[in-house]
Amino acid sequence: MNMDNSVNYSQQQLALNQMFKDINPALSARQAGIESSRCYYCYDAPCIKACPSKINIPSFIASIHADDLTGAAKTIYKENIMGGSCARVCPTEILCEQACVRNKEEEKAPVRIGLLQRHATDNAEFDGHPFERAVSTGKRIAVVGAGPAGLSCAHRLSLLGNDVDVFEAEDKAGGLNEYGIAKYKLTENFAQKEVDFILSIGGITVHYETALGRDITLDKLKEDFDAVFLSIGLQDTSSLYLDNEDNEMVINSVDYIKELRQATDLKQLDIPKDSAVVIGAGNTAIDIACQLKRLGTEEVTLVYRRGEEQMSATKHEQQIAKNHQVRIKTWSQPESIDVDDNGKVTGMSFRKTYLEDGKLKGGDVQFDVACSAIFKAVGQKMAYPETEQLIPTISNGKIATFHNQLTSVDGVFAGGDCTGVGQDLTVEAVQQGKLAAIAINEQLNASIATPTTSTIAPINAALNKALSA
Amino acid sequence: MADLSIDFVGIKSPNPFWLASAPPTDKAYNVERAYEAGWGGVVWKTLGEDPAAVNVSSRYSALYDHNGDVSGFNNIELITDRSLEINLREITEVKKRWPDRALVVSLMMPCEEQVWKRILKLVEATGADGVELNFGCPHGMPERGMGAAVGQVPEYVEMVTRWCKQHSNMPVIVKLTPNITDVRLPARAAKSGGADAVSLINTINSITGIDLDAMSARPMVDGKSTHGGYCGPAVKPIALSMTSEIARDPETAGLPISGIGGIGNWKDAAEFIALGAGSVQVCTAAMIYGFNIVEEMKEGLSNWMDSKGYENINDFKGLAVPNTTDWKKLNMNYKVVATIDEGKCIGCGRCYQACEDTSHQAITVTSNDDGTNTFGIIDDNCVGCNLCEITCPVDDCITMDERSTGQPYMNWMEDVRNPHREEA
Repeated sequence: MNMDNSVNYSQQQLALNQMFKDINPALSARQAGIESSRCYYCYDAPCIKACPSKINIPSFIASIHADDLTGAAKTIYKENIMGGSCARVCPTEILCEQACVRNKEEEKAPVRIGLLQRHATDNAEFDGHPFERAVSTGKRIAVVGAGPAGLSCAHRLSLLGNDVDVFEAEDKAGGLNEYGIAKYKLTENFAQKEVDFILSIGGITVHYETALGRDITLDKLKEDFDAVFLSIGLQDTSSLYLDNEDNEMVINSVDYIKELRQATDLKQLDIPKDSAVVIGAGNTAIDIACQLKRLGTEEVTLVYRRGEEQMSATKHEQQIAKNHQVRIKTWSQPESIDVDDNGKVTGMSFRKTYLEDGKLKGGDVQFDVACSAIFKAVGQKMAYPETEQLIPTISNGKIATFHNQLTSVDGVFAGGDCTGVGQDLTVEAVQQGKLAAIAINEQLNASIATPTTSTIAPINAALNKALSA
Repeated sequence: MADLSIDFVGIKSPNPFWLASAPPTDKAYNVERAYEAGWGGVVWKTLGEDPAAVNVSSRYSALYDHNGDVSGFNNIELITDRSLEINLREITEVKKRWPDRALVVSLMMPCEEQVWKRILKLVEATGADGVELNFGCPHGMPERGMGAAVGQVPEYVEMVTRWCKQHSNMPVIVKLTPNITDVRLPARAAKSGGADAVSLINTINSITGIDLDAMSARPMVDGKSTHGGYCGPAVKPIALSMTSEIARDPETAGLPISGIGGIGNWKDAAEFIALGAGSVQVCTAAMIYGFNIVEEMKEGLSNWMDSKGYENINDFKGLAVPNTTDWKKLNMNYKVVATIDEGKCIGCGRCYQACEDTSHQAITVTSNDDGTNTFGIIDDNCVGCNLCEITCPVDDCITMDERSTGQPYMNWMEDVRNPHREEA
């Protein structure tokens, strides 16, 4: 995918971009050459097993080493069409890079797979789209939600010869890549470039600002299309259940990140100047805390009711926060949101906690943190449209899926954050979309498809033909 | 502190490290910088008849390893492109200023006795310590009937060597070309002609690669290229083998050897000396890293000699020669088997892949519950080829351990499986 940086930005946009430079700069060609030579090209490579999308990592690294970036990128896209953004946002430290056998050497220095994947996908050159669509099957599939799961599903379906209509509630595709990922992880409008790249395969029509339950219904989609894939993501956020939570300076982190990612001018943002408190322990909490520091908030305190070990943000993410001089307070639970007579947020009160017989208990110590804004990042929830008549089975707040991403409703598949499998990673969403597409294709086109048993690369004959084109 | 000084065919040098005849020894300026850096000697870049050679622009190319370091080096440069008069004057001055360093002059002339006689007198007058006959240059000069064109014909080697010994009192070193089937033949010819020593190897005919856009090799001169001479780390194994051939040959045994070919550190030098070399010559490493590398080379060699109790170069010179033998003399009853140290294994499986695909299917793979694999050796299938040990990226993880066969030494000539064995 070519990175065209020649767009003309306004001064304000440039200032904003400067503030959110890439946290993980790309490798130079020479660095990539040396790094690629560090791969041992393992037998039964553990990195492939650790990759949710099952990219043949040693193979693409060998291609980089042999100066075949086109081949490298094709190997990546074959399993993961969002290989470009996954190279940037994947927590490789708990996936492929954690599995790298080089961790078992004294240096404990895994091959930098994420950066190599980025090198390949950034620099490979294709004459048009890398893959050619299979002969048309005449089938039409509806995909609801143009996030990573939906785009991956749509792309694979199109590759296999099907026509796809994607329905997106927002006015841009990309999902969390466009609206939710920390700005320093996906820079330079990367998400939209990737969307354009994916859609360039053809056969995919995106209907923007078209929301399930408002503009379309599952019932109607089932009627109009041969199959449906639901990838609606998460719409709601969890609450602290405290007084004053509706104060305008008690902010949902995901909403603020969305605003920040779409902002073209710093002035559009309400930036707390002196101090802010972030409540949460996941990657969103880290993302908002670091971005606030970059935006100029002097003191950012991230507070979590348990310890560092229990944080869902990886050690690597926690380190990023520390590098941004974010203060992390653990074993502290929020007690109250403090507001002055004029209704302005002045701080937050916490109580120290401890574990007793595995249960979290409040201790005697209480403390306050002064702040002018509070950012909540205590989790997101799915809010399935209430107006819908046909609703697939929901389990633990998410759409239940069975074999091959099938839901309880015949002909309706689902994937991504709205389903309950995995850790809501981009790469998992991509894989789920891909697997659903393959399953849908096999179901609809049973007569022309060859069933496969492998779960690692369930590629049917039509796909093989398309990929070798 | 070990004594690094050598007396090589009467040429004294404070250490065995000489710069080979090549661009680094082209003129007084370079040579004096080399001496200042601590080199024991130089072989001055080859002199020829006037008018001096003319070089093309774009002269070198290289082969790189995974880290971008030069592993092989290729050049199409000719002998000196400066006049004989300037070279001789500079040699005289340099030798006068650096009397304790070796200064050997490399020569390449047409095969005419009078021409050689004349140049030898001129070189002798400079006070140089000896001459090296360039019978090896593989590019450009052979097209003119010199260099490798002479070195590839043992009769010419013997003839010219004899002229040189007749018309001069200086030690004569014959530099051999590796671009020949059996290097022992020109070595024997040099000895018959009266050579004091041989030096080897000169560069190997080479094309380092093809530029697939330009469809031409490098170095590219206006879109065209020509084969050059190959040197650097990549040629060391070939040079060591040829050195051992001459050291082991009964007809040339004891003939002094100056070792050349891919020497870049003290260890390389010690290896050549162990195979019988009395001095070593360096070029590529100096061209890539500069003259200062001699400091680490001297230091390293000295430290290693101290650790082994060798007081001077002669103490270990040639010690590896008796252990370098013919295949037919190897012990058929010797057996090694691979052992994998599970504590060190990182689970990459390269050993398994290599053995299973290309060798003797002597490694087992067991899948563990955590997704990793454990590898083991099937002793009965292992032939002791060392491939797994070579592929293993971890130091001392796979070792080749000796297994007693309970049988005495027996070579192929005595082996009953050999239909052509020699009956006792």
